[in-house]
Amino acid sequence: MSATDLVIDVTGVTKIFDGKKVVDSIDLSVRRGEIYGFLGPNGSGKTTFIRMLCGLLTPDAGSGTCLGYDVRTQQAQIKAHVGYMTQRFSYYEDLSIRENLDFIARIYDVPDRGAAVDRSLERLGLQNRSKQLAGQLSGGWKQRLALAACLIHSPQLLLLDEPTAGVDPKARREFWDEIHQLAADGLTVLITTHYMDEAERCHRLAYLAYGRMLARGTLAEVLSTVNLTTWTVSGPNLRTLAATLRGRPGVEQVVAFGNMLHVSGRDAAQLEQAIAAVRDGSHEWTRVRSGLEDVFISLMAGAKDNFA
Amino acid sequence: MSAETPRRLSAHRLWAIVLKEFIQMKRDRVTFAMMIGIPLMQLMLFGFAINSDPKHLPTAIRAADQGPFARTLVAALRQSDYFALTRETASEAEAERLLQVGDVQFIINIPEDFSRKLLRGEQPTVLIEADATDPAATGPAISATRAIADTVLDRDLTGPLARLRAKAGPIDFQIHAHYNPENITQYNVVPGLMGVVLTMTMVVITALAITRERERGTMENLLATPVRPVEVMVGKILPYIVVGYIQASLILLAARFIFGVPMIGNLFLLYGVSLLFIAANLAVGITFSTLATNQLQAVQMAFFFFLPSILLSGFMFPFRGMPEWAQWIGTCLPNTHFLRIVRGILLKGNGLSEIAPEIWPLLLFLAVAMTIGVKRYRQTLD
Ligand SMILES: Nc1ncnc2c1ncn2[C@@H]1O[C@H](COP(=O)(O)OP(=O)(O)O)[C@@H](O)[C@H]1O
Ligand SMILES: [Mg+2]
Repeated sequence: MSATDLVIDVTGVTKIFDGKKVVDSIDLSVRRGEIYGFLGPNGSGKTTFIRMLCGLLTPDAGSGTCLGYDVRTQQAQIKAHVGYMTQRFSYYEDLSIRENLDFIARIYDVPDRGAAVDRSLERLGLQNRSKQLAGQLSGGWKQRLALAACLIHSPQLLLLDEPTAGVDPKARREFWDEIHQLAADGLTVLITTHYMDEAERCHRLAYLAYGRMLARGTLAEVLSTVNLTTWTVSGPNLRTLAATLRGRPGVEQVVAFGNMLHVSGRDAAQLEQAIAAVRDGSHEWTRVRSGLEDVFISLMAGAKDNFA
Repeated sequence: MSAETPRRLSAHRLWAIVLKEFIQMKRDRVTFAMMIGIPLMQLMLFGFAINSDPKHLPTAIRAADQGPFARTLVAALRQSDYFALTRETASEAEAERLLQVGDVQFIINIPEDFSRKLLRGEQPTVLIEADATDPAATGPAISATRAIADTVLDRDLTGPLARLRAKAGPIDFQIHAHYNPENITQYNVVPGLMGVVLTMTMVVITALAITRERERGTMENLLATPVRPVEVMVGKILPYIVVGYIQASLILLAARFIFGVPMIGNLFLLYGVSLLFIAANLAVGITFSTLATNQLQAVQMAFFFFLPSILLSGFMFPFRGMPEWAQWIGTCLPNTHFLRIVRGILLKGNGLSEIAPEIWPLLLFLAVAMTIGVKRYRQTLD
């Protein structure tokens, strides 16, 4: 793999706000055409990290390149070739859809602007609503507009910050189909999300908590970062059962998922002992493969301990 | 990847901002109504006169008679506190110029035959020429001369001359009010409104322009694009220059057709100079918006600038009637200079050469405000 295949290649990126390391020595390489997922609880530094990649913030430490340009010194060049979708809708609510797209196209000096705006309206199915004010759109349509706008100058890298927050499942599915299509055409995508199903649609993942990257790699690699054993249990009085289980040696987390509990721990034998002690035949116990969510909860709990 | 240098300023991007601002202006009905409503409202409010008692007004003496009586008269005028005798000149043309440029408020002409006529009991005439653009400034001083006329020579007219004293007023003061002979306050106030209204709306509107982008989150998007700070600033200033001109025209129309203010000078010159003043205020607004963290703060800052601009510029009170420190502050404000320019052009028929001393402070102010604004505008979120 040649160096130019790395669209993002940074090491030791750090950002300090008010003496707090909000992003702490993060290394990241993302290949061309890859969909890279960023996960982590609120406040873990995802937005801050993305802002450093696209030249909105200057890293306090660390170095590297984005699209081959230095993230510390060539911010202007990076801006010209990146499409950045902010976490909060940041187009003009008092401008119509077309006016917003036209504005962005002018700012990037897109050749044959009118046609480019038409194409992007068409591709996102917005042509019938082009005169509607952006402020009157629902969450899903706003998200489509934002995606259309950040694609209009044909960027080589898309940075999407929680693009599907507050969007219904059907629209989310369509959005991901679009993202996969774009990636197949060679666009590189870095995307943050809180949805596990979306995480599973990424080529690779990274999990952040408290500014540090706790796990990264393919789905399988991330799952094996923590050697977690998980049991599910269903039956009556789950709340009482959960209270009894918590705090027993070997039981590291008890999480309710619908009508069942996920009971996990890193020491399989100790966990089994703890379960055996409360097992009385009134519940149904099954050992399952730990899911992403189980792993992330475990990672975060561990990180919190380190952080405190 | 294109090799163009993204550092270069681009007309495309500038124009993109200008267009966007125009569309937003069109959509924001309330603000638009305010931009037209404020001039009208102020025209109504300030149709009233505001009086005060300014003293130490700069005065030029043109004394053709240097005799002891003349000197007594000059001393008495000085003692009245109303006149500060700053200039002496023998030439009539020079005196006229001082009045026109605004270096002095009064010219006191003591005729050659002053002493002779006085001794003959013939009531010599002393001509006081006043710059009556602002009647509030000249009125009290002129009244004071009447009192002086009656008593000034009491000490000198002794012995055989005492009979001259008995006469009511040995001296005849003739007042010649220039530029606003009927002392109509509106002639002074209405042109002054141009500066006041422009200061108020231009600063507020632009102070909100960038703060609003930051508050609504659109700034993050703008910063992530290749647009340059100067492009954002200039792009935001240009549309409001048009608004400024509409306001200025409204006031001039009202001045002419409602208040009947005379317009002696060249209106094109006035419109030309207004550009500088409008731009200066817009730059102040932009600078405020880079300092403020929210729209409320931006409005407060604009108000902070507006108050001295209305109180210390010579609009509310005659400039020369203010204490020296206030005059210093006033001198730093663009409105002070613009008021002199407007009144000078409209009422005195001043040309470019007469208003030149007021133009360069405007230029200087514009340059400073613009520099601070561009420097303060953050290109990143750091
Ligand atoms: N401009 C800023 N100044 C100070 N603190 C900030 C700033 N931006 C973000 N933070 C802090 O940095 C931390 C990480 O924030 P963020 O990157 O937004 O996390 P995430 O996107 O993962 O939710 C938070 O604690 C947040 O309060
Ligand atoms: Mg975030």
